[in-house]
Amino acid sequence: MAVDTHSTLGPRGQASQAALSNVPNVPGSAKPDPILDVHSVKRSFGGLTAVDVEQVQVQRGAITALIGPNGAGKTTFFNLLTGFDAPDTGEWTFNGQQVAGTAPYKLARRGMVRTFQLTKALSRLTVMDNMLLGAKGQTGEHIYAAFFPFLWSKQERANRERAMELLSRFNLAEKSVDFAGSLSGGQRKLLEMARALMSDPELIMLDEPMAGVNPALTQSLLHHIKDIREEGTTVLFVEHDMDMVHDIGDWVIVMAMGQIIAEGPPGAVMKDQNVIDAYLGTHHDKELTDSGKSLTVDSDPEGTHS
Amino acid sequence: MDIGFVLAQSITQALGVTAIIYCLAAIGLNIQFGYTGLLNFGQVAFVTVGAYSIGVVVVTMGLSLWLAIPVALLASVVLALILGIPTLRLRADYLAIVTIAASELLRLVVRSIALRDIFGGVNGINGKIGAQFHALNPLPEDFVTPYLTFSRQDAWVVFVGWVLIAIVSFGVWLLVRSPWGRVVRGIREDEYAVVSLGKNVFVYKMQALILGGMVGALGGIIWAIAKQSVQPDTFVPDVTFFTYTILLLGGAARIFGPIVGAILFWFLLAGVGEFLSQAIQAGWIDFLKPTDVGPIRFILVGMGLMSLMIFRPQGIFGDKRELALDGR
Repeated sequence: MAVDTHSTLGPRGQASQAALSNVPNVPGSAKPDPILDVHSVKRSFGGLTAVDVEQVQVQRGAITALIGPNGAGKTTFFNLLTGFDAPDTGEWTFNGQQVAGTAPYKLARRGMVRTFQLTKALSRLTVMDNMLLGAKGQTGEHIYAAFFPFLWSKQERANRERAMELLSRFNLAEKSVDFAGSLSGGQRKLLEMARALMSDPELIMLDEPMAGVNPALTQSLLHHIKDIREEGTTVLFVEHDMDMVHDIGDWVIVMAMGQIIAEGPPGAVMKDQNVIDAYLGTHHDKELTDSGKSLTVDSDPEGTHS
Repeated sequence: MDIGFVLAQSITQALGVTAIIYCLAAIGLNIQFGYTGLLNFGQVAFVTVGAYSIGVVVVTMGLSLWLAIPVALLASVVLALILGIPTLRLRADYLAIVTIAASELLRLVVRSIALRDIFGGVNGINGKIGAQFHALNPLPEDFVTPYLTFSRQDAWVVFVGWVLIAIVSFGVWLLVRSPWGRVVRGIREDEYAVVSLGKNVFVYKMQALILGGMVGALGGIIWAIAKQSVQPDTFVPDVTFFTYTILLLGGAARIFGPIVGAILFWFLLAGVGEFLSQAIQAGWIDFLKPTDVGPIRFILVGMGLMSLMIFRPQGIFGDKRELALDGR
């Protein structure tokens, strides 16, 4: 499981890892510069408490991984934070502002954009139209302005250019006129990520970005996530495979049974007895990964998928 | 057997007042269902509101037709708000249930005895509803050509009707190719994805419902003006289902879909009916009575539509590639 993360770490990655180096490895620990600050969020479905988080903070500018075994409540927690589900109790701030109870579209406008575990590529829209939907503050999206193209055509052209740049970065440029429904599963993940980036989010929340993606494309996705961080966007992502996290996470938050059970840099978290118990129960002789094999960092991410 | 007469009847129906009314209803439904994915199963309610508003303002209240038209459009906006506010935040199916129920409720209200003084009960509203419109008729006499025959009055309605359809279609074309159109098409595919990109989905769905309802109400306005009579029992759910048929026949989410659909639907319905009548009269078919023609033509046209759905499910203008994709 020896993965050399520092060889590909950019300046912002180094900075955020340095900033987090003095943070104690305990659940709910305070971060030097939290973009997200969550207090006593609880959500139960009937008798089942799906999420019960006392306190958790997410460091600005870092890649934070939210991991945990299946059914730990990661996606539910994500849905709560992004306003797609309402908690029984709890409050949280984004950029210092109270955002509990805020409509999900408003949170997205404030710069907290999410993706979905089951990709939501808009199948019967072209890849380009998918991208353009991500752009913020479009005049032509107002119904009255929509009738007068001269009011928004210039903005539309600028958005198109930006969309093409992002698509080329994610190797989807030649697909721009195809329907999004014709893309492969991995390409849809890329499209969803690119689409979220169209709005220049401050915090991008990726729900299992690597699920169902072949290993070669996974490496490419990991590189894209690092690139996003190097551009100054905070990344919070959900994953259940620890190897992925070890490769790119600056900080790891572990959930089990709806609670935060451990926090810390990837190396420390993987040795945590609570985490091992949560993941493996009594089967301690198994490897802590899906495949049992360790992954290496790919030096040629762009050539690995098509 | 006079094939020329059958053809003339069919063409007249295909371009006539009824086709225009259904075409407008279908353009409205296209905005709601075709582009935004709203399952409105009560489009007839908007037609009813349009027609009855004209009838009530002109005949019951004795006011000007030119006041009645904006009142009718406003009433359709109010109906859309009443239907949309409770249901558009819920899953799509709820809108379908509420709209079909509301359209029947509306029909039962306007035909009720209690409100007979306003809506005229089962007899509806009759009188010179469109007199002010027909007074502007510039045509000197009936419009008669070998294959197209309209009375002077109908010809004027038909002319204005098709101009109106052209204007409305141009407006819809502008809308759907704009960023606004992109958002509503996104909502049709997956509204949560659109929410996650910072769009207020509820507002867009409401706008689409209102706009589609107003276009449907235009159909009702033309109905009242052309027929000079508003009868409650013509506004049955069948109107909605014919409208869906027309939309799917022409191709949903296509500008020309509702237009071609309406023309073809009424051409076929009139053509099959007229052909059967003539064939019975000529003694070619002896196992049918002339009174059977009404239902039989629906059976035949229905079978034709079924084969269309089997062999060309995207409609006439649709793009087959779109159907090949898994919807969501």
